[in-house]
Parts: sequence; structure tokens; C-alpha cells
Amino acid sequence: MKFDTPATTNPIDRLKVVGRPTSRIDGPLKTTGTAPYAYERHDVVANQAYGYAVGSTIAKGRIASMDVKAAEAAPGVLAVVTAGNAGPLAKADRNIATLLGGPQIEHYHQAIALVVAESFEQARAAAALIRVDYTRADGAFDLERAREGVTGPSKDDPDSTLGDFAGAFAAAPIQLDATYRTPDQSHAMMEPHATIAAWRGDQLTVWTSNQMIDWATTDLAKTLGIPKEKVHVVSPFVGGGFGGKLFLRADTLLAALGARATGRPVKVALPRPLIMNNTTHRPATIQRIRIGATPDGRITAIGHESWSGNLPDGKPENAVDQTRLLYAAPNRLTGTRLAVLDLPEGNAMRAPGEAPGLMALEIAMDEMAEKLGLDPVEFRIRNDTQVDPEKPDRPFSQRQLVECLRLGAERFGWSRRSAQPARNRDGRWLVGTGVAAAFRNNLLTPSAARVRLDKHGMVAVETDMTDIGTGSYTILAQTAAEMMGVGLDKVVVRLGDSKFPVSAGSGGQWGANNSTAGVYAACVKLREAVAQKLGFNSADAVFSDGVVRSGNRSAPLAQAAGDPGLAAEDAIEYGDLGKRYQQSTFGAHFVEVGVDAATAEIRVRRMLAVCAAGRILNPLSARSQVIGAMTMGVGAALMEELAVDTRAGFFVNHDLAGYEVPVHADIPHQEVIFLDETDPISSPMKAKGVGELGLCGVGAAIANAIHNATGARVRDYPITLDKLLDRMPEVG
Amino acid sequence: MRPFTYERARSPAEAAAAAARSQGAKFIAGGTNLLDLMKLEIEAPPHLIDVNGLALDTIEATPDGGLRIGALVRNTDLAADGRVRRDYGLLSRALLAGASGQLRNKATTAGNLLQRTRCPYFYDTAQPCNKRQPGSGCGAIGGFSRQHAVVGGSEACIATHPSDMAVAMRALDATVETVKPDGATRSIPIADFHRLPGDTPHIETALAPGELIVAVTLPKPVGGVQLYRKVRDRASYAFALVSVGAIVQPDGSGRVALGGVAHKPWRIEAAEAEMPRGAKAVAAQLLAGANPTPANAFKLPLVERTLGAVLAEAKG
Repeated sequence: MKFDTPATTNPIDRLKVVGRPTSRIDGPLKTTGTAPYAYERHDVVANQAYGYAVGSTIAKGRIASMDVKAAEAAPGVLAVVTAGNAGPLAKADRNIATLLGGPQIEHYHQAIALVVAESFEQARAAAALIRVDYTRADGAFDLERAREGVTGPSKDDPDSTLGDFAGAFAAAPIQLDATYRTPDQSHAMMEPHATIAAWRGDQLTVWTSNQMIDWATTDLAKTLGIPKEKVHVVSPFVGGGFGGKLFLRADTLLAALGARATGRPVKVALPRPLIMNNTTHRPATIQRIRIGATPDGRITAIGHESWSGNLPDGKPENAVDQTRLLYAAPNRLTGTRLAVLDLPEGNAMRAPGEAPGLMALEIAMDEMAEKLGLDPVEFRIRNDTQVDPEKPDRPFSQRQLVECLRLGAERFGWSRRSAQPARNRDGRWLVGTGVAAAFRNNLLTPSAARVRLDKHGMVAVETDMTDIGTGSYTILAQTAAEMMGVGLDKVVVRLGDSKFPVSAGSGGQWGANNSTAGVYAACVKLREAVAQKLGFNSADAVFSDGVVRSGNRSAPLAQAAGDPGLAAEDAIEYGDLGKRYQQSTFGAHFVEVGVDAATAEIRVRRMLAVCAAGRILNPLSARSQVIGAMTMGVGAALMEELAVDTRAGFFVNHDLAGYEVPVHADIPHQEVIFLDETDPISSPMKAKGVGELGLCGVGAAIANAIHNATGARVRDYPITLDKLLDRMPEVG
Repeated sequence: MRPFTYERARSPAEAAAAAARSQGAKFIAGGTNLLDLMKLEIEAPPHLIDVNGLALDTIEATPDGGLRIGALVRNTDLAADGRVRRDYGLLSRALLAGASGQLRNKATTAGNLLQRTRCPYFYDTAQPCNKRQPGSGCGAIGGFSRQHAVVGGSEACIATHPSDMAVAMRALDATVETVKPDGATRSIPIADFHRLPGDTPHIETALAPGELIVAVTLPKPVGGVQLYRKVRDRASYAFALVSVGAIVQPDGSGRVALGGVAHKPWRIEAAEAEMPRGAKAVAAQLLAGANPTPANAFKLPLVERTLGAVLAEAKG
């Protein structure tokens, strides 16, 4: 189905199932521990052996020699796979560093071997017996130093400009020129990267944990040099991804190689201490923001440059994207600056781009409001735009940023805030509140599905879409139930299998809208087949309560299926609406923090997010998404940081004791409000992404609340107590 | 994890004797630290002696009015004991500031004293660490050292002792009771139990090889307001950046011990004479000779400020 004109009224608009708060249909599987996650697929293939990955202990250089004899001779060991014996391997386009290193080493903990043994313990013990001599090479590990050599944009990523930024900024009566820093961060999902691989002849099956089934299939085939049809990827449940499982990673490749070497199914999970350096991470940024404004608070010039590092051929962290679209201004400059670093691969994590970008931009807006003597809510409202500021003939499909800010301010009690910082004390706590805008683009990508109807009236949805804890199963079931006029109890959803039609997958908050639109398209086709089978006119057939009605005729849905059943497959594909309209999601975050007057410990007291993100398909799972994202925002603002050892070139705190994420005690109270919105430009579902919106801006709202509480302006995340101590009042 | 042999000990003396028979043997009780370290091959004992069956899990009154805490009393049970809550509030508060409910259910009194540092260089076997591999150097010095020691460190090691409980024990003048492989028993004052790193950071306590802790004894209660304040980036389940354990008497005299600043629970009795003069004076003496890194110099003002807040709270 080609979606090239705005959606009109369709069966989804009945909202009998879609749009209703609905508990996850896969919830019982999870609460009873029976949802099948990759590493525990004991059922799928017999005689599984265990693989243990070995990581490089240098960041850059070569393996001079590697002695695996002791490991090979260790009890239970079946094989030791290295680049030397794995056979030729290609590198997939979506990987920057190779997944099995050697002799060249590109980053710390790059996998250099897999030990396969009868038991996990044997594999792990044998892995420790491998002796490697390295020839170290000098590497660049320090973004601050590398930044000095990078003054302009890279070839593939030119600056975006409008008007005369430099001139307008210089002429602006009120100016801000400030630099902000965000650290390297790790996804820290609960389930580690894990795969079981089995070969049957030249046919490879992997049970894995991956957000993008078709990418995994394509990239595994390419890396192994085998046809894509020979690779079967299965990933029905994913225990968190956050971007860390968008790509083929070492667990999958190593399991496949281990299985090939031993002739046995092999399972591999990346040990927690390996994940931070072996896989991808969110790269650190240094962001310079310049804003010029008139005394009445109109922005005349806005500039945002972001430095980040990556391995050669890696991409920059696109922290400036939102600045191209969020506020009006006639003179603009945005661009990324990419330095080569020999740290592990930087890539997508939890709202890449906008999350770190808004952490900087939305502090800058707060600073600017302060300079102007304007309320920060009002300053943002004053600079709203309903069109793409760079291309004024492109309107936003929907843009309710102002409404989010106004409603949020009212519900949060913003009017009670003291504009003057450090004025509000509650016992030992200095209390402050902060606001930030939330912004995240809505990305359109084709998504296919197959829908089957059987003689019992059961509807089965099959698509390679993934559920990474987001609620995909449930919203796809709601979509099919709405379209086919049946209850949720009549719908079965099967996901995460490369034998199913290729979906949008999960990432970039694009999953919900695109994958449900794909199911919508398939259901439209199935409805036509049903109507035809029944001899009804499909245009006026009404599907409701398990019955199809047309004029004064009616028939049970199941009757149309008959014994052989009916099936339909289709995809949603998008025309140029995405070009004619800018599609984004908007929100406002309000946060209250307490800062301990003595120790400067920072604790969030309450949070509110107001989101405008098209039709909310399932308010219950959408709320879960948003509060989870807000929690990630707390982590980013207050604690999450991969500490770089710039001598040895690695992330030092590479486990969950050293890399802190929020615990329950850090999150006392969260509230989420969804504005009533439908966006007919986005898809027939009139929905957009919402999950990552919940994260975008949270960090800055917290930073701004800390400023309001203490008067200290910290521009260097995470905001930890050591950065505030010298600004705190006398004790006692 | 390397293969190891395992036995269950039947008496404390027998456990100590068994440990002496097998070089590098370790006792295991809760295992909340040792098992993790064995999986990473930071610890690789060839033999484990399980002491969980030794019936050292009771808390008993001593004739002089104190408490004798069995080595195997779990942290949860110790924190919840009515006598501890009433007379040794500092200990209860320190215990509850540590780890998580699940870990406290497993972790024992003796094991808590013996837990090893959380320095990330200690945990990465590819990195230099004099504590893990004597002579290999110290990765933390010149590296990531935000959590590390600011006093009592050496050129070999700036690791901290991670325990909260031990800070309270130090302020309460606990005594560690042990049995040696030859059956001899001794009492080690807590002040002498943990060592500074010097040039042998791998030797962390005064225990001789094979020596087993059987109990920790608290002297009779000293009264006062007893507070434990743990400062950390997140609200729970994190090691202390700095912690302050204090006992403050109505006349302003008292005791102070610190966590998160040194290789051992940090207490300097002489500093306590300054308590009536306030936190600044006490902190100055506690931290005299401090040698922080640029990344952890904040701990010096943080100690003073936290102590100030604790003393103010004690005053009420």
C-alpha cells in the first residue's frame, strides 16, 4: 500500500481496540518466566555447546602471536576460533570495526577468539589460558585533544546554514556563547547480547537478541560470505536493546563460527564486563552553542556545532539535528565535527542525536531566557515555528510544542517557581524546578506484514518486527483486531523471524507507527479477500464483532476463511508526504530536584512529561515507554558516564557496579500526559513514535532545575556533586 | 573460574587447620564477593572451605554488657537485631546503607570485613594492579580515580575499602576474634585489623594464613546520637564517595570514622578531641597529609561538609 495522500477516515478511527489502554498480551509469558529469550532456547536444538568470547586487551595495534594450545587442551574444549582459522570473513556495511579482530586490533575488547566447550565454565576457564602477545600502536583516545585538530565539517556531512549566522550573531544585542559536554554512555540493557547458532548443512539458524531482523540476516550473510536465503534469524523477545542491538554484533558471528567449527549448535552471550568496550556506545560530544536574540526574546541567530569522535569510517553523533527544526530564527548554522578516535565503535543509543543534542541546546535556552529576564517557558513559546525554519514552505504535519509547554506548566505548578535561583529550601534540600522542550523526528520506513484468517475466526499476524520490551506485540494485535473487527483474544502475533515479511524493526522510535501501518496494509488486503469470498462489496463491508456486514447481508468472519483459510500480505510504503511536511514529535519536560545543601547530592523529586506524538496506540504501553525514557534521562543527567582511560584507550567502568544507571530510589514520581492528537500525514494509523521523545530534553530539564535550586550552571554531564560543591552554601 | 576443590568444615578450628593444609585456600560464607572474583579469575583459590555450617550465626550478650556477633550473622539479621538497633544504631544504619536487600541477606559479618576493593583496575585482569598482581603497577594512579583513596594511600595503591559496616565497627571499637590453624585464638582490635597499602597492597588484613574470624565483639554501648551518612551519586546500591559514621554525646564529644577515603575504615582518635570545635577542625586532622588525585580532590571538602551536616543533625 502506497501512502501518498493524507489519511482519511478508516477502520482504525473506530478506536474500539486501538487507542485503549491495553495490558501487554505477552505479559503473562514474561511474568511467568516463559518468554523465550535467546540464551535460554534450550528447546530449539539439541546438544548445544558453550562459547566464551575473548576480548583484546589493547586498544590499537596487532596481535604478534597467540598461543591457544593450552586452551585447546583444556577439559571439555571443542574448538578455539580465531581470525586465523575462521576462514575468510567480510565486514558488513553497518559495522565499523570487524567483529572478529586479528591480527589487526581496532579497539579494546574487540573479540579475538571464541572458546567452545561442553560447559560454560569449561569455556570460560579455557579462555583464560589463551596467551596473546601484542604489538601496541599509538592511538587517539582523548576527544578534548582530538577536537583541536577538527575545525570544520567532514565531506559527507556539510554544515547546514541559512542567512548570515556570523553577522547576525555578532550584531545581536543579547548573546550566549557556551560549550557543553556529554560523556560516552553505554546502553546497559538488562539482557546481554546473546545468540545460539546451529548449522544444518549450509543452512544457518541463529536464535538471537536483535532489534532489526533483516539487517541481522543481511549482515550475517555478508560477513560469512553466504547467500542471505541460507540465514534464518529468530528473535521473538529482546530483553532491552536501546540501540545496542540494532546491528549484527560479535555474539552472533562468533556463535555461527563456533558452530561451524565444532559441528554443534553453539551459544554465546557477551559477558557483562565485555559489553561496554566490545559493542557500540553513545559517543561523547563537545557542543558549542551560540544564540543571539533581541531584547524582547526573539532569536535572530542560532548556531550549534558538535564535536564527537569515532573509529575511522565511523559517523558523528548527530547532536545538532533538533537545532535545525526546533526554534525559529532567520540566521542559522548547524554542523558536526568528527575526530578520529580509537575507542570502541560509536553508534546509536537511546534517541541518538537528539538526546545529547537537547541536553546542550535546552540548557542554552534556559541560559538565554535568564539573560533576557524571560520565563523559560515563555521564551520557548516566543520562538516557536510552525514551519521548517530552513525551508519555510514545509509545514510541520503537527506541532503542538506550545500546547505541551502550556499544559505542562499548568499541571506542574510552574507559576509557583521562583525565577531567582537558590530561593527555595525544604529542610536539608535546596529545591528547584526546570523545563526543557522535547523533540524527536518521526521517521518513515517501509514495513510489511502477513495476516492469516482461519476457519475459527482466528487472525494471525506475522512480521519480522521485534518487541524489545516496547509493547510491539500488543499494538500489532490491537491493529489487527480493529481492522478485522475481532477481539484481542482472536489475534495471535508472531514476531522476530526472518521468514516473516520485512518490517521497520525497532529503533529510532520508528517501530510503532510503521509496523502497525504495515499490519494495517495487510489487513486492508485481507478484508478485500474476505469480502470477495463472501461476495460482498469490500468498499462498504463493515467488520465488527467477528461478523462482516454489507448492506443487509452479514456473515461470520470465520465463514469467509473456510477450511483452507485466507491470507494476505502487504507493506506500507511512503510517498513524498515526508518531503512536503516535516514530521516530528514534541513534548515538554518539567522536573523538580532537591540538592542536598551540605553534600550537593542531587535527587529528582518529581517529573512530568507532556507529549504530542500523534495518535497514541496504547496509552498504557506508551506511558511505560515514556517513563522508562524519562528514567534514562535521569541517568544521563546525573550518573551515566563511561570513564575513558586516555592512556590505555578503554572504558574503565565496564560493569554495572561501575557504570551507574538509576535505581528505583532515584525515581520517586513520574507523570505523563499525552495530548489528544492525530496526524493524518504520518500514516493510516495517524500515529508517530513516542518512546524516545520521553528521553529527549529530560537531561536539560534536570540541569536547569539544578541551576534553579542552587544557582550553579553546570554544562558538563553527568552533573555529579563534585561539580557543584564549591557553589553550595556554608554548612551548619 | 579455575577448577577448585571444596569441603564443608565441621568446626572453626578444623576449618582453620584445613586452610593451612592447602596453600591459597579460601573460606567461603555468603560468597557475594568471592564468587564474582573467582569468575573473573581475580581470585583463583585451588580449594574452598565452606564455613556456613559452623553455627557462628548468633548474637550474644557479653559479660561486660557488649555484644558478641557470630562471624556468620547475616548483614540483614545484624541490622535488624533489637539490641543493635537500640544500642549500636550506627552499626544498623551503616549496614542498611550498604549493598541491596538481596546481598545483605547473604553477606556475613566476617565476609563484610574481608570484602575486597571495587577499584575498576583491580577488576580488569588486563590492567596493572599491585593488589591483584604484586609488582604490576597501579592503573588508577594517573587513570580513572574518582572513587579512590585520598588519605593513607601509597605509590603502589590508592584503592579504598568498600565496606559501610566496617566504618561503624571502627567507630564502635569492635574486636575481631579469630582462631588459627593451630587452634590458638586471639582478639584483634578493629583498628589493627585492616592495613594501609604501603608497598604490599595485596596484604589487606592482619589475619595470618588460615586464620578464621569466628566473631566480632562490640564493647558495652557508649550511648550518644549515632549517625551514618553515606554520600553517593545515586540514591541506593552504590559505593560511598564518602561516608561518615559518628557518635555524638550530649557534651559534643564523640567519635568519627570515615568510609570511601582510604584503604581501611578511617579513624584518627586524636581528631575527635576537636569535635566540640566543629567539623572543620575535625576534618583537618582526619585528612592531614591527604594526597588526592585531581579526580577525587573533591572528597576533602565533601568530608568536611558531610561531617558538618552529621554534627548539625546530631545536635538536633
